[in-house]
Amino acid sequence: MSEFFTEAVLIATIASGIRFAVPLLLAGLGEAYGQRSGVLNLGVDGVMLLGAFGGYYTVLKVGNVWIGLLAGLGVGLILGLISAFITVTLKADQGISGIGVFLFGLGMSDLLFQRLVGTPRFIDTFPRIEIPLLGDIPWIGEMLFRQNLVVYLAFLAIPVSMVVINRTTFGMKIRAVGENPEAADSLGVSVAKVRYATMLIGGTLAGVAGAALAIDLGIFQQNITNAQGFIAIALVYFGAWRPLGVMLGALLYGFVNSLVIQWKTLGIITDSWSDFAAMAPAIITILALVVVATRFRAPSALTKPFERGE
Amino acid sequence: MTQAGGSLRVSSKYLAYLVPLGAVGFALLVATIMLLALDASPIEGFRALFRGAFGSTDALIETSLKATPLLFVGVGITIAFRANVINIGGEGQMVAGGLLSTMAALWLPDMSAFIMLPTVLIMGFVGGAIWGFIPGYLKAYFGVNEILSTIMLNVVAVQLMNYLLRQPLIDPAEIERGTRIPQTERLQEGADLPLMFGSDRLHIGPLLAVLAAIAAYILLWRTPLGYRLRAVGQNPDASRYAGIPVKRTITLALTLSGALCGLAGAVLVFGSEGHRMVTDGSTAGFTGSAGFNGIVAALFGGLHPIFTIPASFLFGGLLVGGLSLQRAVQVPSALILALNGLVVIFVVSTDRYRQRLRDQDARRAALQTVESEPAGDRGGGDEP
Amino acid sequence: MAVFAVVAVIAAACGSDSESAPEGFRIGIVAPSASNDLAFTQSIVDAANALAGDPEILITDGTFVVEDAATAIRGYAADGVDLVIAHGSQYGGSVEQIAQDFPDTIFAWGTAADTFGLPNVYAYEAASDEGGYVMGVMAAALSETGNIGIVGPIEVGDAKLYVDGFKAGAESGGANVSVVYTGSFSDVALAKTSAEAFASQNVDVMSGTAQMVVGAVGVAVTEDILWFGTQSNQSELGDIVVASQVYKWEVVLEQILADINDGVKGGRVYEVNLENGGEVIEFNDDFDLPGDVKSLGEDAIDGIKDGSISTS
Repeated sequence: MSEFFTEAVLIATIASGIRFAVPLLLAGLGEAYGQRSGVLNLGVDGVMLLGAFGGYYTVLKVGNVWIGLLAGLGVGLILGLISAFITVTLKADQGISGIGVFLFGLGMSDLLFQRLVGTPRFIDTFPRIEIPLLGDIPWIGEMLFRQNLVVYLAFLAIPVSMVVINRTTFGMKIRAVGENPEAADSLGVSVAKVRYATMLIGGTLAGVAGAALAIDLGIFQQNITNAQGFIAIALVYFGAWRPLGVMLGALLYGFVNSLVIQWKTLGIITDSWSDFAAMAPAIITILALVVVATRFRAPSALTKPFERGE
Repeated sequence: MTQAGGSLRVSSKYLAYLVPLGAVGFALLVATIMLLALDASPIEGFRALFRGAFGSTDALIETSLKATPLLFVGVGITIAFRANVINIGGEGQMVAGGLLSTMAALWLPDMSAFIMLPTVLIMGFVGGAIWGFIPGYLKAYFGVNEILSTIMLNVVAVQLMNYLLRQPLIDPAEIERGTRIPQTERLQEGADLPLMFGSDRLHIGPLLAVLAAIAAYILLWRTPLGYRLRAVGQNPDASRYAGIPVKRTITLALTLSGALCGLAGAVLVFGSEGHRMVTDGSTAGFTGSAGFNGIVAALFGGLHPIFTIPASFLFGGLLVGGLSLQRAVQVPSALILALNGLVVIFVVSTDRYRQRLRDQDARRAALQTVESEPAGDRGGGDEP
Repeated sequence: MAVFAVVAVIAAACGSDSESAPEGFRIGIVAPSASNDLAFTQSIVDAANALAGDPEILITDGTFVVEDAATAIRGYAADGVDLVIAHGSQYGGSVEQIAQDFPDTIFAWGTAADTFGLPNVYAYEAASDEGGYVMGVMAAALSETGNIGIVGPIEVGDAKLYVDGFKAGAESGGANVSVVYTGSFSDVALAKTSAEAFASQNVDVMSGTAQMVVGAVGVAVTEDILWFGTQSNQSELGDIVVASQVYKWEVVLEQILADINDGVKGGRVYEVNLENGGEVIEFNDDFDLPGDVKSLGEDAIDGIKDGSISTS
């Protein structure tokens, strides 16, 4: 156990946890917009996978990680539009159509990879940016301020989203549509338009999350997200639909994962316990869901398609 | 939509069932484009798809076997849906049912099929029931969204499976040889699903699934419990007011739903080619994503247990045919997965349209007959 | 019940009279991952394509679903394919059943050591502990900190064999070896986290197996940690790759073809190992390996071949 309390190990555990949390945070934040407006999008993982491939392939061809990130954004935007069409316009069951999007993304991203790339090759990853002064702070500087730009941007998205959801008219419309679409509609708010907007934001962020993941790992392969999109959805509930809560959830999930791994490598968790350790994040999330569910309430109109005049 | 005359009225009900078929047709159109993009012949591909799914006795048997877990899961999903609970945990519940029934076959002494077969099926049922009870209880008493808890329980189930098949349940010969494949030994023959019609492949799994569908139909529409389930699904507040124990009913709905998925898991183990349980480290490796695809089969069947029977058969055929298409034109299997997703999307997206057709029908029927089912049903509540 | 297995010893100098496939011979391969995965599946596809006589090769890849693989295996047998290769340990139960239904079709199952006593089933396996051991010895010699980390998926089958061999080799060289099984064959992000954990513990040489290890290789590249690969040549992933253990399944396939030409249709277990040239340590030309370390590795190879070194 004593080996764990060395500076390098502790710093690495925290830094790894933060890095691990970033795709979850981005995708979860996007999902939170959708859910606040009453749309549950279970297809996040599929969008992330296609965004990941789009980002990876673009970096492979163009050689610029930022253009790759933009490609992921574009893929996410298109899929967000399609998802919105399915759930808002066609009013399909949100849970099940999401599973369809997931299966499609899982197969399609693999198919594209096999046909267009084939043999796995590494691409450039995001350059690390050391923030002057802050990066020089012992311990904290190394943990927090020597990450790549995407990490900073992801965390910047949290306060921005808090302002958007809680302090703007757009945010007010989102909340109104999610809580009482009939009332919002009677006040002249277009439920469909607001939900299209949140789905586009959600898709975009999921696409960016996927691209950020693939570029951070420097590689793509089948099912690269390994169900992170589903974890992101759970984190929205965990975070009680609030951006700050999603962030805390993502960080906790990241830290638990990196802690479990760090303890496995140090032999603190022995092999025979490793399967149970791998269950830990899921079980902790279930327990957290119980706590959140008893204290917070989901948007009333969540998963319910809006039918005018019924 | 023009709706006039008696003859059209009859057809609109059946038209509703044609909508999912149209959705599949649309998916096949996309498949054609993708096959062309992959330099594969769509004509040859679709011929292989049809032949592999329905073209011979062997094909029909493969399709029936593939349809079996879909039907079990589909029926389970239907029960949950009727109580307005979405069960996305079919994958984990199948694993739980498979594991518990496997343990029974492995640890109980060798017995005749008369005792062993019912035992393992019951254990499968119980295993799935436990894995369904947890999210059901959490939803009913703590308000935990079942979609999330079931997804998380899928993760827990897969790790449990990996642990059990790697440690306590592993075939001792795998340790001895040092190959350490995470699988059990061949399970006792008493637990093998008996074969039917003199076939060396077709076991009684499909028959069991059909019986389960009929039982679910009777449960939902011929028993007080079924009435309670549907009442809670339609209006929990009114149900509570009417004295129905809503929380218990919700818990029961997910437990029953999980139990049927658990049966699917047991049938997968004891009807498998290898008559053993084996893991590749993922849930899908065991379930073949039946926990998800069963949901689609249920939607195909309009969330009605009886209509889920042909729907599962059709969808099973599509999956088996997809494998045959892959072999015939040598495209990556990922294509089949992508198409599977498209079929789900198209079927769900047209579901509203199908419901509207059925609702029109039901509304007319309600005008004609005095007695009718509670209104606002998802459209499948009427008699088949 | 002890399964009687004939482990054939193949002449070390193979390749000179490579066995040719009969006219119009058809091979069907069923494998769990993509055929160009730079790892497990690609190794068998490459081997089949390298066979003389130009047999027709049919591939069903990505079938990690066991029952789907069974459908494909049965499908190829029903289509009259001559040799069906079930390239996944988890397919064994299916092969056992299907081989009995198609007695005229020849099946090869790997990586495994059991033919179920059936006359039309071959089994093939890799002594991946051998290559692992050799690379472990070199890893210990190259490590300056004396700390070595190994990333594995789940503690089973071929992965466990390789990891155990590598660990034994490195420990024989006096290194302090730490192993982590992430619990998943597919979680690349977790493999990366594992490698980051090793990096923080002064690990300067790493290895790992299964398809998710690319996540760990990525860390090795950025943190300048040396890497040993397995299942296929991973040198193109970067100049930190010292060497890779490569499987040459053609050694097994040619032996099977020779059997078939002799009228033997199965019942034998073949293995690729260092001795028969089915397992090769391929060095990365871009890595400047000190001569004394290389000779340590070569000594280990000789020791394993003549039996003076035990890999466990």
